[in-house]
Amino acid sequence: MADSVAIEVRRYRPEEKSEPYWQRYEVPVREEWMILDALNYIKDNLDGSLSYRWACRMGVCGSCGMMVGGEPILTCASYLADHLPGPIRIEPLRGFPVVRDLVNNLDDFMDKLTAVKPWIVREQEQPLSEGEYLQTPEELDAYKQYSMCINCMLCYAACPIYELEPAFIGPAAIALAQRYNFDSRDQGAEERMDHLSRDEGIWACTFVGECSVVCPKDVDPAGAIQRYKVKAMTQWYKSMLLPWGERKR
Amino acid sequence: MKGRSIEPFFWSLFSSGGMLAALVLPALALALWVAIPLGWLQAPGHQHLVALIGHPVTRLCLFGLIALASFHWGHRFRFTLYDGLQLKHLFGLIATLCYGGATILTAVAAYVLWTF
Repeated sequence: MADSVAIEVRRYRPEEKSEPYWQRYEVPVREEWMILDALNYIKDNLDGSLSYRWACRMGVCGSCGMMVGGEPILTCASYLADHLPGPIRIEPLRGFPVVRDLVNNLDDFMDKLTAVKPWIVREQEQPLSEGEYLQTPEELDAYKQYSMCINCMLCYAACPIYELEPAFIGPAAIALAQRYNFDSRDQGAEERMDHLSRDEGIWACTFVGECSVVCPKDVDPAGAIQRYKVKAMTQWYKSMLLPWGERKR
Repeated sequence: MKGRSIEPFFWSLFSSGGMLAALVLPALALALWVAIPLGWLQAPGHQHLVALIGHPVTRLCLFGLIALASFHWGHRFRFTLYDGLQLKHLFGLIATLCYGGATILTAVAAYVLWTF
């Protein structure tokens, strides 16, 4: 294994330069290092001005997603040695505005996420005296896969539609909407459907499928979106053919 | 249904056409281009084929297959032009050409099968 590897980081420091530029660092290679460890080495030893997000180092917080060699990955979950011989190019996630260096502005995603109501919606909460909402293991399995999402946004960076169509609600937000739609305790599917069965909702997706390829938690957002389309289509036909049917209100 | 998209309708044609084509066309290709030329299946005579296609059920199935597969093409081609060539500003024109093309193919299929 090589002793060191060149890492090229796409820097953007608007207070100094109006354009982004590449900066090259020479970093030692350790067998147990992740890409994130190499970035931390740069920050601690070579250039304290480098900015990037990270927190848990164990693939749970979803903060350290970046483009490495053009692919969106969690830098804490990818061995440095797997990217040899280098140079390894590290860029901020594609499709999002860049605040500084490798730090993206997440406002657009946070707004879209909130809009799909990713929480349990109840028409009426049952009183505490009736106890908790019980759920069978089968009911848990119905949504568990989608609940594994850590909001790392790799799926957005991988989605060509999100780049072309910034209004697209996007893979993770739709998968999380499904996570609650499939939850036996939830009653908010109708509200979410109104928001999601729009041109910039599920219908913008053309099933490229890259979101599911890059997802570090095997959430399969592409599958979630296709299931949503089938549901929306059935409801659409019912509402067209049976004006009194299916949809309440 | 206010504010909702018409897209479910076109998507239903697209998805059913894609599924139908994926199921039926490989079977037809295997039978007509592999199994019969290799002699695994006996080639049907001309009279036999004419009688088969002349049957109303065959004609109905062929019509469904051609119509849905055409709309599958139209929908996919529409998004290929939108996203692949980035022509989204020609929204109306492209949709008209793609779904119009699929409608014409469907009409031709209907005419040919009806008058067969």
